[in-house]
Amino acid sequence: MSVPPKPAPAGATEIGTASPAAVGARGDEARLALKERLALLRRSKSFIAGSIIVGFWVLCAIFGELVVPEDPLATDPINDLMTPSADHWFGTDRLGRDVFSRVITGARDILIAALLATILATVVGTALGLVTGYFRGAVDDVLSRIIEAFLALPVIIMGLLVTVSLGRSNTTLILTIGILFAPIISRTVRAAVLTERELEYVSAARLRNERTPYILFGEILPNVTGPIVVEFTVRLGYAIFVAAGLSFLGFGIAPPAPDWGLQVAEHYGLISGGFWWPVLFPSLAIATLVIGVNLIADGVASAFER
Amino acid sequence: MTPAAPDSTVAAPPALELADLEVAYRVRGIWRPVLRGVSFTIAAGESYGLVGESGCGKSTVAYAVLRYLARNGRISGGSVKVAGEDLAGMGDAQVREMRASKVSMVYQNPGGALNPTIRIGDQVAEVFVIAGINPKLARERATEMLTKVQISDPESVMRRYAHQLSGGMQQRVVIAMALAKDPELLILDEPTTGLDATVEAEVLDLVSLLREEFHTSVLFISHNLEVIVKMCDRVGVLYAGRLVEEGRADDVFNDPRHPYSVGLLRCLPSGGVRKDKQRLDTIPGFLPQLGAELPACVYVDRCGLAQEICSKEEPSFHDAGAGRHSRCHFWEQAHELPRATPASAAFNPVDQSAQPVIRAESLRKTFRQEGHAIRAVDDVNFVLRPGETLGLVGESGSGKTTLARTLLGLTSPDEGSIIELDGRPLEKAITNRGRDDVRALQIVFQNPDSALNRRFSVRRILNRALEKLRGDSGREREEHLRELAHSVRFDTRLIHSRPAQLSGGLKQRVAIARAFAGEPRVVVCDEPTSALDVSVQAAILNLLAELQADKGVTYLFISHDLGVVRYLSDRIAVLYLGRLMELGDAETVFSAPHHPYTEALLSSVPQADGEARERIRLQGEIPSHANPPSGCVFHTRCPRYIGDICHEQEPELKEVEPGHFWRCHYSVEELRELQKTAPPERPAGAPAPEDER
Amino acid sequence: MIIFLAAQVLPGDVARRILGPFADQRAVDELSKELGTDQSLLAQYWDWISSFVTGDLGESAVTGRPVSDVLLDPLVASAKLALLAFIIVVPLSIAGGVLAALHEGTGRDRLISVGGLSATAIPEFVWAVLFLLIFALWLGWFPTTAQPPDGAGLFTQIEYLLLPSLCLVCVLFGYIARMARAGTIEALEADYTRTAILKGLPQRTVIRRHVLRNSLLPTIAVVATQAGYLMGGLVIIETIFNYQGIGLTLARAATQKDIPVLQSGVLIIGIVYLVATLIADILYSVLNPRVRLEAAAE
Repeated sequence: MSVPPKPAPAGATEIGTASPAAVGARGDEARLALKERLALLRRSKSFIAGSIIVGFWVLCAIFGELVVPEDPLATDPINDLMTPSADHWFGTDRLGRDVFSRVITGARDILIAALLATILATVVGTALGLVTGYFRGAVDDVLSRIIEAFLALPVIIMGLLVTVSLGRSNTTLILTIGILFAPIISRTVRAAVLTERELEYVSAARLRNERTPYILFGEILPNVTGPIVVEFTVRLGYAIFVAAGLSFLGFGIAPPAPDWGLQVAEHYGLISGGFWWPVLFPSLAIATLVIGVNLIADGVASAFER
Repeated sequence: MTPAAPDSTVAAPPALELADLEVAYRVRGIWRPVLRGVSFTIAAGESYGLVGESGCGKSTVAYAVLRYLARNGRISGGSVKVAGEDLAGMGDAQVREMRASKVSMVYQNPGGALNPTIRIGDQVAEVFVIAGINPKLARERATEMLTKVQISDPESVMRRYAHQLSGGMQQRVVIAMALAKDPELLILDEPTTGLDATVEAEVLDLVSLLREEFHTSVLFISHNLEVIVKMCDRVGVLYAGRLVEEGRADDVFNDPRHPYSVGLLRCLPSGGVRKDKQRLDTIPGFLPQLGAELPACVYVDRCGLAQEICSKEEPSFHDAGAGRHSRCHFWEQAHELPRATPASAAFNPVDQSAQPVIRAESLRKTFRQEGHAIRAVDDVNFVLRPGETLGLVGESGSGKTTLARTLLGLTSPDEGSIIELDGRPLEKAITNRGRDDVRALQIVFQNPDSALNRRFSVRRILNRALEKLRGDSGREREEHLRELAHSVRFDTRLIHSRPAQLSGGLKQRVAIARAFAGEPRVVVCDEPTSALDVSVQAAILNLLAELQADKGVTYLFISHDLGVVRYLSDRIAVLYLGRLMELGDAETVFSAPHHPYTEALLSSVPQADGEARERIRLQGEIPSHANPPSGCVFHTRCPRYIGDICHEQEPELKEVEPGHFWRCHYSVEELRELQKTAPPERPAGAPAPEDER
Repeated sequence: MIIFLAAQVLPGDVARRILGPFADQRAVDELSKELGTDQSLLAQYWDWISSFVTGDLGESAVTGRPVSDVLLDPLVASAKLALLAFIIVVPLSIAGGVLAALHEGTGRDRLISVGGLSATAIPEFVWAVLFLLIFALWLGWFPTTAQPPDGAGLFTQIEYLLLPSLCLVCVLFGYIARMARAGTIEALEADYTRTAILKGLPQRTVIRRHVLRNSLLPTIAVVATQAGYLMGGLVIIETIFNYQGIGLTLARAATQKDIPVLQSGVLIIGIVYLVATLIADILYSVLNPRVRLEAAAE
């Protein structure tokens, strides 16, 4: 176990000794960096593994209903709590519904909710981060205080409050998670922007008397997309986490939807009675989806580390 | 100027012996050669300089000697012997032993080299503790070492943390740590890059002094030829991982025997060369990439003397007599190397009677920081005439960057400051300026990496500038784009590249093109060549001179490199702590009589004008802005301090000769007399120099 | 204040909520008067804050008991759980992060990093379920609820609390480990580490004396923010394990729309988080000489 010295800047300082022929042949550079990154992604084991897992669940979300053997909502009280068998691969739950079908179709609601929430959070967070990072001074101070106050609130607890007040629906869920995650993303963006604004190309833009929105979105934003993409993938994982948690508590997606969190909530009390299957499979579903998203996030993070 | 070489063949083994050293790095799976058979020897007590530009592998040599190569590097051939012991056979424990007692290294950026969370005293004492000395004694020895590196009040410094010391102090501490173990070999890797001129001079003096006291051998690595000549007995020139020339420092500097050395020396603006007399010579082509595959003679692609044999057969290290060696088939004709750039210069003399382009009066900029008022720029007056270059000289804290920024409108100067463009007042903030004013004043920054948006292609960068500054679009814009690229000698085939794919020189050309997109009247050049290699620097300076002759643009040229400033400037302004200390024609300012500060600055630059100067040591550090000295701000360090008048009364900026201003209580005649000889050490009874920070 | 606003400004007549949509208007009006919701928002806030500070938190809308009673015991109970979780997770995750950094890029590193992050992202109740199934049901090592019998000794309490705190540990581990890892990598690559190595110091000493104290600084700040996360986790864990902590109390209050309890509870949680952040800030400035000395110099 050796403490490795900093890798020598081989290649780092000298990339730019291009002879005209070589560079000219390569063509438009914009596509190139992207291609390199995608190639890196394709080679990354975590990215591939994660994509397979998440890909599976995405397919379930899209085609689930067409493929499952039983109607996930169909109750059959006589056959409740049957152990896994050839008929019911994952057994049945306390209302006699086929657990397997419910697990497969449960992917949709949570994926959509988490995805939309993360997109919302990213858009709002990026805008906030750009503004606070660029302006500093009074604007930054005030906004940052507010943002910090938001950060202090655990998402789950805020979710409780909002649902109590506004009632329970998918939209509230998405909005809550989205708005509560935005400050976190804005922090990351702000940090990146703080570095960028010190670079002289920003001064050069000011010397052309460019309008501020152009400087923010035209000049700075393209340079911070790396951290934004990484944050997006990481937050997606957390969004799934929170959505499942809220559903578990009864404040997320409403029954009788085959939501995994709900399924666990409805059945965990039965564990001591030895009825493990209605709880295990939805839990595993959540776990695998989350791990999958994290593997993708890990792969993306490595690929985007210049 | 260098101490006598060690007498006769003594029993002491050479401090360092490299024999055919080959080092390779693995990049993306392929092993690339970085050092190709480097051999040289440093005798005990000798000082050897290793000179080269970026990518030549000089730092790699240092790391190889310390067995500190990165994970992806390895010694692929040859041998390294430190104080007679071969590195190859050493196990980890022995390597550590060697680092602890035989070899030390001092490198750039002293602030980073010190641990921010451990006190200075502990860090220095650690060196002694490793050598087996008990902690209490170690602390005493540490205090002694700090005194040796000329830190006054070492006790107090021992208790401090790294961030509380100035750059010069930090480097002294690092040197103290390095010499504490009394090593056989001291390696210095660009130890003064980034330090102010006067501080650099002091550090180098210190190194010379200590070298004599400790009898340490020194390996001095730098890209700065002039510094190396001053500090080293012998020198080796490194190019693309190969030693191409070696010999006594003076000899190599005055009579180089390899085309590369010749070319390199010709690139330097020294010996009083000025833009109106001749263009700087350049070296065509680009520096090779680290680890690139190269033909037989590594220099053949750029060599003006190259012939067929050079691509086929690798030249051996020819013995050129008197300890000189040159790796060139044609070393005897090296000095006949034809110029790459014609010497004749187009030049338009400045019309002294024309209306000034810029007039600045009572320019003042105050910052508020934690309740203190900091006068970054105070009472500065000057004019800029069309087509001239005003060189702005000063160390860190002098206010030169702030001055430039107020002109450009990036910061607003204080009330009462007047800036005029073509006789009309200029809006203070750039957001209030109209397009004509905006395009009239532009800037070229120091660091081309951060000055160009790395996500944009060159084409986009320039198009945007053309659109915003000139209102171009469509066909017109295309045409202007081509003209612009042509004027900075930028190959239009590269127009779609992104900055990361270009070399430093090319990037800077793009930056210059961008500044010229709007046909500016004044271009601020803020250290435009400081981040570039010497050979590239010459080309850029030539370009700037040409553009000026061609378009009649005015430059405000900021640089810490006095040789470069002298080459390009018609007039020079010297700043200290935000005040204008001297202003006048370049030649007048550079020669006596001139302001005492200017005198000291010039003396700290090695051979800036081809004359050897007596070094004037400035005591103390640059004072802090929050608490400027009373009266003349320079009085605390001025070697020509008169008496009470200097600390009681701030001198006015007087015109002492036509066109020559300075801020000093002396008159021209007095200084002319005084400056015939070097000043004495600061007389006793003068106020103590400012304490550090 | 945000909490208050969130609870009040959101649409909905509070009184009506409590009584349900079918109560007649007169009853609603009366309850409003009693709750004070017919006064202006600002007056209500002032009332509430002043009584909060004096310790009078109002009464539970559901049970009528004083809120302070309702919240006190659960608060202590949660504190025990949280403490246990912290004691386990902080050393573990820091060690994990540092280890990952020292072996950067190798399998060990990936395992800790990715494993840690995945563990973090898996919701606590999933962990709870898995642990319950494995350790409580199939292996029978631990009880399935967390509430120890009254008057139980320390070890018994720990036995009961172990599973739930392990769930919390799993969730907290990843983030702290990642910060420790990042901080350590940065310190390892710094110039001062190079100086230390070139002084001839052995590996261990370099890490111990030079690297760690710099790498752990940012980690401390993170540990404090995790306190906020912890609160959210508590709600879920306590629900599953049926542990009478503040999380469970809040969840119940939310379901029953017991506003006073909910408000005060959330506020307390907010305060805990702020206190944790404050402690972290203090710790950070004590340990970071740059901050400490600049503060002293003012």
